[in-house]
Amino acid sequence: MKRVVLLMACALLAAPAFGHKASDAYLTIERDGRALHGQWDIALRDLDNALGLDTNGDGQITWGEVRTREADIASYALARLAVSSGGERCELTPSAWLIDSHTDGAYAVMKLDGACAQAGPTLAIDYRLFEGLDPQHRGLLNFVEYGESRSVVFSADAPHRVVGGDSSGPLAQFATYLNEGVWHIWTGFDHILFLLSLLLPAVLVRHARAWRSADSFRAAFVDVAKVVTAFTLAHSITLTLAALSIVVLPSRLVESGIALSVVLAALNNLFPVVADGRWIAAFGFGLLHGFGFAGALHDLGLPTGSLALSLAGFNLGVETGQLAIVMLFLPFAFALRSTWAYRRMVVAGGSAAIATVAAAWFVERAFDVGVFSALAAR
Amino acid sequence: MLALVAQAKPFVPASDDVVLERLPEMGDPALAELKRMRAALTANPRDLAAAVPVVRRALDAARALGDPRFLGQAQSALEPWWQGDDAPPVAMLLRATLKQSAHDFAGSLRDLDRLLAAHPQMAQARLTRATVLTVLGRYDDARGDCAALAGSVAPLVVIGCEAAPASLSGDARPAYDALTQTLAYSGADAAVREWALTLAAEIAARRNDSHAAEGHFRAALALDPRDPYLKAAYADFLLDRDRPRDVLPLVRDGTRNDMLLLRLALAEQRLPDSRDAFVAHRAELAARFDAARQRGDSMHRREEARFRLATGNDPSEALALARANWAVQREPADLRILVEAAQSARDAASLALAHDWMRRHHLEDAVLTAALGEAR
Repeated sequence: MKRVVLLMACALLAAPAFGHKASDAYLTIERDGRALHGQWDIALRDLDNALGLDTNGDGQITWGEVRTREADIASYALARLAVSSGGERCELTPSAWLIDSHTDGAYAVMKLDGACAQAGPTLAIDYRLFEGLDPQHRGLLNFVEYGESRSVVFSADAPHRVVGGDSSGPLAQFATYLNEGVWHIWTGFDHILFLLSLLLPAVLVRHARAWRSADSFRAAFVDVAKVVTAFTLAHSITLTLAALSIVVLPSRLVESGIALSVVLAALNNLFPVVADGRWIAAFGFGLLHGFGFAGALHDLGLPTGSLALSLAGFNLGVETGQLAIVMLFLPFAFALRSTWAYRRMVVAGGSAAIATVAAAWFVERAFDVGVFSALAAR
Repeated sequence: MLALVAQAKPFVPASDDVVLERLPEMGDPALAELKRMRAALTANPRDLAAAVPVVRRALDAARALGDPRFLGQAQSALEPWWQGDDAPPVAMLLRATLKQSAHDFAGSLRDLDRLLAAHPQMAQARLTRATVLTVLGRYDDARGDCAALAGSVAPLVVIGCEAAPASLSGDARPAYDALTQTLAYSGADAAVREWALTLAAEIAARRNDSHAAEGHFRAALALDPRDPYLKAAYADFLLDRDRPRDVLPLVRDGTRNDMLLLRLALAEQRLPDSRDAFVAHRAELAARFDAARQRGDSMHRREEARFRLATGNDPSEALALARANWAVQREPADLRILVEAAQSARDAASLALAHDWMRRHHLEDAVLTAALGEAR
């Protein structure tokens, strides 16, 4: 009673137990620092389905028919596998070709060598082999690192996975993400420029439509502390929400919003609208910056085994990096606060420059055009 | 063990002429035609009129060869209509059929319910839903769908549709009589007759009428000697009657199909002169089940439970598989492996569950009754 009669056509098994196997490919990736080694076994039947290996159309695939198409197979398969570390794509190139037999037939074996630009804590893998051709295809990954191996299954519903980063022990992992957080804020110029724009006037006091020096270091410090705390609180909230996929915003919206926040913060120094309440702006825009941090963290990848620990490490790293910037900035700005150079060149000139750069970022990010690359190309 | 289950070490073939793979379309014009139709479809994937025959042919091939790669091809052709509630009825029906093939019974039922709410006269959808409901053990609902078919399809289809759930819920005798009478007096095409004969054979076997069952199986085989479902059902019948030697010629040429390879191995296990073949086939089956497990496939649980129970020494493993399988599908074969595994593993809870099921549905199954009688 296991079948149904398709009246239009034929008898049809209702709940069949199948022989053969649906389409699988077996991918092994071994990582050692920046270096990658791998092997990818792909069924000849599936490759024929995608690329037409059976050149002479006799229904058989010979070694000659595979060998002459090695370059096509490699470019087809490798275009559908993105391995990245620290947000940057790792290069993979075929180094040797073999044949192996699995339970359902012969497979082409592509040996792979590669390297990543940096040895990030995790490896993000995007697997889309035979996408659009066979929704039931699975990629069975065996990831090897520190002598330990781990299995991951890719499917049309789950093409993106993060591996690694959870075999090095919790403390080492926390340190890794802390370090990544620090570096992210130090190299993420949009965050630095936003923070600086808010901090530049902190050593001044707005009075009767003009800037005056703050009377005490304490007053300046309190002002800075308010801004930094508000910014930190806000971006911690959204970083956590986004990293746990509770709230997800499109990256184009987030990135152009961040650029806009820098423009507005810098313009506010030139044409002050908000003076005393800058911490409110820091909080409001900080929410947006948190989504930006989450994007960076997503590129790094969060190990599934210890998500909370890594997230906390990364967040703490961002705060540490930010505090270091504040500590450098505050004494310098406080000392120079009464000078013409600070008010005209640093605050006014600096804010104008920041606003200009950020406006270009905004155009680039919102409209997906290359302002800087267009300039550089001239 | 690594994720790779390779049968041998990777090698470089000796020359360009070495044949590595034989494609299924070799010597099969229908599959070659399917390949051409799929290529044409890629140029215009939203052309439903072109997609429907591709899906049908791919489903046919999946059934005839027991090769799930064709199910992937069928799903790929249906991709523009795979999501959403507003797919055209024909696409929705094929989608439900594919989901059923992948044992996504809940998804299949959802599509069929929606389809039948909008098109109550769609006989094929009703027939498919009756089958899914029967597999799930919802016999009254299934019989309701079959009754609604009367007048819109051939009498043999209505009677067969009804006989499947009826024979599992206390009416085996009248269901069998109606089925055999309709077979005798009512015309239908060969595919429908083969389906009805197989059904009659299974009901007769459950009622312990071996003579009648044998006759129906042979009549069905005469109509389609290659149907893997029929061969597997007949092989099970022969194994139950302790005729392993008769299983060998029946399934020997179908070993690319896991179902048939399993029956072959089970027969060889009982034949002292087939010891070597059994050992080789056991290893092959273990590798296939491993490969299926790695990809996260759960469609093989019934067969795997049977394999583990017959060839392994860990009945608790077989029981876990049988219980997981029973949670998804409730055919007599599913209950049977549950009972056998539970007896080996001495699991009273599963045995009580089986007892309760049989009593509640008045299931007539000679082998199950004997097995549970022994267990008492």
